[in-house]
Amino acid sequence: MSQSQSTADASGADTASQPLLALKGFTKSFGPVEALKDVDLEVYRGEVLALVGDNGAGKSTLIKAVSGAQPADSGEATWEGRTTRLTTPHDATELGIATVYQDLALAENLDVVANLFLGQEVVNTVPGVHVLDEVGMEQKSVELLSSLGVTTLRSVRTEVASLSGGQRQAVAIARSLLGEPKMVLLDEPTAALGIVQTAQILKLIERLRERGLGVIVISHNLANVFEVSDRIAVLRLGRLAATFKAGDASREDIVASITGADVRERATEETPL
Amino acid sequence: MSAESETSPAGGPIGTAPADTGTSFSLRRAFAALARGDLASVRVLLGIAVIWTIFQIANDRFLSAVNLSNLTLQIAATATISIGVVMVLLLGEIDLSVGAVSGLAAGAMAVLSVQHGWAPLLAIVAGLGVGVAIGFFNGFMVTRFGIPSFVVTLAGLLAWQGALLWVLGDTGSVNLPPSIITDLTTTFFDPVIGWILGAAAVVAYAASRLAVRRRREAAGLGVSPLSGLVLQLAVIAAAVIAAVAILNADRGVPLAAVIVVVLMILFTFITERTRYGRHIFAVGGNEEAARRAGINVNRIKVSVFTLASMLAAAGGILAASRLLAVNQQSGSGDVLLLAIAGPVIAGTSLFGGRGYIWSALLGAVVIGSISNGMDLLALDSDVKFMITGAVLLAAVTIDAVTRQRREAAR
Repeated sequence: MSQSQSTADASGADTASQPLLALKGFTKSFGPVEALKDVDLEVYRGEVLALVGDNGAGKSTLIKAVSGAQPADSGEATWEGRTTRLTTPHDATELGIATVYQDLALAENLDVVANLFLGQEVVNTVPGVHVLDEVGMEQKSVELLSSLGVTTLRSVRTEVASLSGGQRQAVAIARSLLGEPKMVLLDEPTAALGIVQTAQILKLIERLRERGLGVIVISHNLANVFEVSDRIAVLRLGRLAATFKAGDASREDIVASITGADVRERATEETPL
Repeated sequence: MSAESETSPAGGPIGTAPADTGTSFSLRRAFAALARGDLASVRVLLGIAVIWTIFQIANDRFLSAVNLSNLTLQIAATATISIGVVMVLLLGEIDLSVGAVSGLAAGAMAVLSVQHGWAPLLAIVAGLGVGVAIGFFNGFMVTRFGIPSFVVTLAGLLAWQGALLWVLGDTGSVNLPPSIITDLTTTFFDPVIGWILGAAAVVAYAASRLAVRRRREAAGLGVSPLSGLVLQLAVIAAAVIAAVAILNADRGVPLAAVIVVVLMILFTFITERTRYGRHIFAVGGNEEAARRAGINVNRIKVSVFTLASMLAAAGGILAASRLLAVNQQSGSGDVLLLAIAGPVIAGTSLFGGRGYIWSALLGAVVIGSISNGMDLLALDSDVKFMITGAVLLAAVTIDAVTRQRREAAR
């Protein structure tokens, strides 16, 4: 465990002076099950932090704690240097934390524009009545998607029902940016996507970093993790097992940390698990 | 067709043209859209043309001015009730009590105006109020206790019918003397006024479509081809001119028809152009997504159920006006079935999130034409029921098949 402390400190120093979000001692229990135990984590501006770990390691629990959907039982959150509360989704949104869940929550019967602006539609006020400003929303949609490098959409007036998985993911991520967040949480954005679509989403995540956003990405796919992330945090059984700088760590290091075993030694011994 | 593929060449700009429009109008694309169910209204217009042709061949009085004028009055009540049904269906819910509510509201209106001497206008408002109260109750039960709307309104179907019997009392029937209430369906406009109304409707519609187009062009967004828009406007203008000419050849444009068309325009505006309408579609498409987007789902549901029952009451009042009475059969029988079948036939989905207000009118025309035509042919009830049932099943099958195709097309 000693390696984790040293790498985390070293990588933190050169990304930015002050973390965007710092968690200290985050703990969450479901009855007798401790889903999160004393997790410390920092996220910086313009940084992609990958959150990896086996099933049940606490990745989703941690995301939900940060997004306020399922607040942690205890622990201290610091946002831009100030202590803050993260107890409701509203708290998170107010701070500037946007979350894209795995199920995306898109209305398939509506087009891309309607989905992007769902719940925050722009209206023109003609005396007495509010009329949807379709032209304005469509222009903003095109601007936003173009700025994110989303080029595969035939039309922003396409129904979401006829979009591919990658396009839907792109729409869901774009929607999270409408509220001008400072940090985006992505839950398995590349799960169930093909190779080309995965590459497109990874490129989109890089655009988020270029915009100076702090990004937390949950992923099972280590190849993706190495391609897109700056740092990799490994969760195991609810604890933060290790934090690596993406450039410094090897695939074996990560796997060893995820499983809690030293894979290289096992490999030389050739003992089956 | 490369234009149909999902991914454009890398780096290409994102299109803004409405889906299903290319650079020029093409018949092939139109047929493809028809098959996908995107142009449900065109499909149902073709259906109406077929039905009218068949009945005209079977009986040459079918397309006479007198009969079409009667048809207009026959469908006014159902079309009005169906507007509310469309809104409930858009939510992904159902309201099985609209028939019973239409009867009860008309009964309350009749009893208040005839037996209690209320002013007719006040009695109409009270009838609508009955609808509002019942709709609010339906919405409350659905949202507060999470009871499926199917169950709440099925109970209502029985209960409100009972309430109608109770309101009517021993006589079981209330006749309506001439008043504003009966004027609703016995007033016909002077031919000149009919033409002015028709022209105003066409000009206003064309102006609004062209204004939207101009705004999109000014903003540099894609627009659908002008030829397609002109064709659409021409078809609509021709339909309005034909309708006014036919109605004028009989007694003139009926007030009831104007009421129905105004309601169609009003509720189309509400559902298509306002934030509230957008939220109705969102709840029907993905309730959880709507909730997470900050939409007050319960408020939307309660308000839609309230509007639906109010429109059912309005339809019941129109039906009573035409019958010149309210009796124990008011709002029972096939009123409910036809009010739901109409919009579904015309392309509003039973599965929520897809549909349009005008399907209430188009569907009522389809069902009303079949019923009217079979009456002209003096068919017996047995045949009429079976044919109406078959048409309904066919329409719902088309809905299910287009849905499957849409999902398969992903």
